[in-house]
Formats: sequence, structure tokens, C-alpha cells
Amino acid sequence: MAGVKQQMAVDLNGVAFPLPVLAASGCLGTGRDPGLVDLHRIGGVVTRSLTLGPTKGSPTPRMAETASGFLSWVGLQNPGVEEFTELDLPRLVKAGTPVVASVAGTSVEEYLRVASSLQRHPGIVALEVYLGAPDDERGRGEPFSARLDRVHEVVGAVARMSHLPVFVKLPALGTEIVETARTCVRAGAHGLTLIDGVPGLAIDARRLRPRLASPIGALSGPAIKPIALAAVFEVAQAMPEIPIMGVGGIATGEDAVEFLLAGAWAVQVGTAMLVNPAAPVEIAQGILRFLKEKGIAAPGDLRGRLRVAPRSPAREGVL
Amino acid sequence: MRRVRAEILNTRKLGAYHSLTLVAPEVAERARPGQFISVGMPGDRSFLLRRHFSIHQASRRGGWAGTLEFAFDPSGVGTAWLAEARAHQFLDVIGPLGKAFAYPSRLMNCLLVCEGHGAASILFLGQELRSRGRRVDMLIGGETMEHVFKPIEAKRLSQTMAVATADGSMGERGTVFDLLPEMVEATGTQVLYASGGRNTLRRIAEFCTAKKIPAQMAVEEQMGCGMGQCFTCVVPVIRKDGSGYENLRACTDGPVFNAARIVWDQWMGEAPTLLPTPPEGFPVVRSWPG
Repeated sequence: MAGVKQQMAVDLNGVAFPLPVLAASGCLGTGRDPGLVDLHRIGGVVTRSLTLGPTKGSPTPRMAETASGFLSWVGLQNPGVEEFTELDLPRLVKAGTPVVASVAGTSVEEYLRVASSLQRHPGIVALEVYLGAPDDERGRGEPFSARLDRVHEVVGAVARMSHLPVFVKLPALGTEIVETARTCVRAGAHGLTLIDGVPGLAIDARRLRPRLASPIGALSGPAIKPIALAAVFEVAQAMPEIPIMGVGGIATGEDAVEFLLAGAWAVQVGTAMLVNPAAPVEIAQGILRFLKEKGIAAPGDLRGRLRVAPRSPAREGVL
Repeated sequence: MRRVRAEILNTRKLGAYHSLTLVAPEVAERARPGQFISVGMPGDRSFLLRRHFSIHQASRRGGWAGTLEFAFDPSGVGTAWLAEARAHQFLDVIGPLGKAFAYPSRLMNCLLVCEGHGAASILFLGQELRSRGRRVDMLIGGETMEHVFKPIEAKRLSQTMAVATADGSMGERGTVFDLLPEMVEATGTQVLYASGGRNTLRRIAEFCTAKKIPAQMAVEEQMGCGMGQCFTCVVPVIRKDGSGYENLRACTDGPVFNAARIVWDQWMGEAPTLLPTPPEGFPVVRSWPG
């Protein structure tokens, strides 16, 4: 296993993971009860998005199953950053898993205070800024990611203060994704996590009601994989030197390889882990098998191996 | 909790429900009433999530040792697939999950109330309570006769039993709640266990609170993973010290909760409920079977 780990290790410009497969945010309980997920055989853990105090989250029902997808809206339920560092973090550190702490808030100040209380904890290797939280200061409840100036403010504030490298989790925004990614990098982001869940609505026609209480949820699972791949590809083409963690519908080793080819430096697994707790391990094994078959030394070498025809000027005009 | 590849031993159709018996000794020997298992769906379909079923029977001894039985209503896409499963097919099973019903240490007279497929875990509980020398009485409800799960088994386990169906095809016409006060009075109930839809559970809980009867309830909530990872199946439950409530996961902190500690208003508040029922005497045309 040690040799495998050495071979599979990835370095995201200074943030190192023993395996290129991480658990995505919100899909690994609280760290206190990882269920059947083997923390020793996972590349890293992205925590639930942490707010300053404990958050109760949205009312139920919070989930619905859609075709090849999982629609859910938990509403940021988490124990709060203080309880996390006291109770959950030691468990994750004990398992030897690198921890990426996801930071959320409803104001720039909250983001800053959460990020500052996550500094200087051994085990946390990076922060991930979640921009899907409602902006109560300026956005009238719209997410921070909806406005470029707010993205810049939040990311800039966290990145200036933080000693840890900052990743930013962005939703799939279509063609603006490159512009938003550039804004994040200019504001001081170390890397990007692409993509966040896609907004979705499920309706129970028989009862004339939405299936979720929120009522719009975030769609995840294999249904969003092409969207995520496109986002990763676009951003990687525009900024090949910025580390990207690809996330969205990864369920098999082949899916993960597709993300690495599209330009991701590492991948995160979310919904697949809810269905199959051994998914991260199986995906890492799948990547390794692919590398052996193709005679490629490391997962990082897959990046940029995608053979694409050169872009026509017309397509560049769209960007 | 364990993850096993379990072979289907037997499939049966029981009224409106299907029942599957699995060979899963690792799960069966730990299973207690109220707990549930999670069954993986086939990878080639468009429905991904695992399905969760409360354990109806887990045999540790005798000829059926190491087997596990669960029942379900084959109305959804996943359960319809499962209803077509045949013996000797293998299923991906994780279990036992969740917290079980607690047995009373001193109190003797237990009333078990259930509705629909909630009877699965309640019958298992009845059997365990009987083996601990408690008096068991049962109150079973269902939409029609078809939806009353294993009434003969219930009769065998209980001292007295009452059945209520919505159309009166078996037992009394009405809901379990209509028979509840009478039943509590007649049997001298000291502890109440319930399982079923949340509207029924709420009314039973309010009744128990008024009568000061301790009650435990196995709740149903939309569940994503069943292992405490996704936080979608939460139920608002009052903290032990009474300082507000906490959204607890029905999969790991439940599905059995103390009825008096569930914040029913909060839980039901935003939930989609059925369309308003027509006034008394209004002719109801059922457009959906069952």
C-alpha cells in the first residue's frame, strides 16, 4: 500500500494528498461517525461546510431522487466551527487523513471568523470556500457566487487572512465560469473546486407540491457529470497552472480518469459514497489500473493528455 | 453496521406488501427491533440511492438462524425492482442501522400501535417483548384489508388485538387513533410503542403526552444514505436538558425517538401534506388505488 500511495500521491501546488480521491463536502457525516467509509484509504476529507455557530439547516423533506441524480438541500446543517475542531477534527487527524475544511457563512465577517478559527490546527491542509450560502448582507438571500464583486470580496478577505491555501468551490455557471474563476484567482485563491451542485427542482405532481421543502435543491450524482467536466475543462484551458479539484457525478475509476484528463488535479467523490461507502477506494484502484494499462507513471501526468482539435476562432469569440 | 452480499432465500407476497428473506448472519445476529437495513440498487438503472427497510424478523437460533426478513410496499421504482427479485439472487445489504426500541425495565403492559408497513418492526418488537415476559397488546391499522400486515402473526403474539381499516374491510372502520383511547383503557397500558405515518404518530404522541404514557416511535423520513452521512433525514428533537431542539438524523440517532421529545409542529410545518380533505359526508372518489 505504501508504494501505491507514493505512486498515486498528488501535489496541488503545495497541497499534497496521498491519493487523488477525496471525500466531497457534506458527504461524510461529521467525522465523528464516518460510517463504513475507510478513512485510512481515502486521499482526504472535505468537511461539511462550517459556519460560526451550529446551524440547524432547512426543514424536511430535504432530498428527492431524480433520474441518475440526487437532489438535496440540507441548508448547511453543521455543528459549528468550534464543535468541529473539538470533536470531529481529532478523529480525522487520528486516521491520518488530510482535512480540507469547508468554510461557509452568510456575511463576509462570518467567513473571516470561521476561517480564522480554522488556522493553526494540525491536520487541516487547506480551506475550501463554499459560495452557495445565502448572502444576507448585500444579496438579499442570493448566493455569494451570483455576484462577481461579492465573490471577490469573500475570497479576497479569506485568502488575505489565511495561512492555509484557499480553494474556492464554484457552481457550474456556463460561460461565466472562466471569468469567475479568474476573479477568484486574482483575489488570492490557491485553487478551485469544480463544481458545486446544480440547482434543481423536483415536483410531486400528484400532490401539487415540490418534493423538497426548500424547494430548490442541489442536484448531484451522475446526472451532472458532463456539466462538471465542461466546467473543469474550460477553466483548465484558461488557467492551466491553477490546481482544480473535480467533483460531480464521479462513481467509477473511469469517471475520475475523465476528470483528470479534462484538467483536474484531484477529484472529490460525493453522492457515490452515499450509495457505496467503498467508492473512494474503488475509484482510486480504478485510476491505478488505468495508469498501469496505459503505462503512465502518476495521476498528474494525465492532465493535458486530452487530445482536442484546436479551437476555431468562432468558438473563442463565445468565451 | 456491516456490509454484506446477502442471498435471497425466499420471496413472498403478503397482501399489498412483498416480503424478502435474506441469508445474512452478520446482520441478523446484531439486529434488534426498530433497526433497519439498507439495500443497494442495481448499478445499471437511473435510480441510484439505497433503499431502507425496517427489519421484520431476525433469527439467531433454530433452523432459520442467520436469516433476516423485511417487507416493503412495491410502489416506487426501487421497490418495484426489488419485488421482481428471485430467490438465490444476491443483494448488497448494509445493516443493522439505527437505534432500536428500548425495552421497559419495570413496566409490564405494552401497547404496540402500527399502521401499514410499520407493522414489520412492531411485530418483531412484540416477539422480543413477549420473550422478556411483558404483556403485549396490538392495535393495527391499514388502508384496506390488504394493507394489514400479518394479522395472524399479530394475534399470536398479543393478548388482545384490534384492527382498524379505512374502508372497514377488516376490523373496525376508521383509523388506529379511533380505537386507541378505548384500547389504552381496556389493557391498562403502561408503555406505548408506535410506528407508521407521521400524521398518525403525531396524534398518538399528543394522546400519550396528555395521558402521561411513555411512548417510543419509529419515524419515517426521506432518507438519502441511511448511514448518517448526508443529513437529509433529520427530525427536530428537544435536547435532554430542554434548551431548545436539535435536528437529529433519523438514520443514526433514530429512527426510534421518544415521542414526547419530537417537536411535531416544527417537523410537520413545512412538510408537504395531503390535499385538504373534503367535509364530512362529501362523496370521495379515489383516483389512486389504495
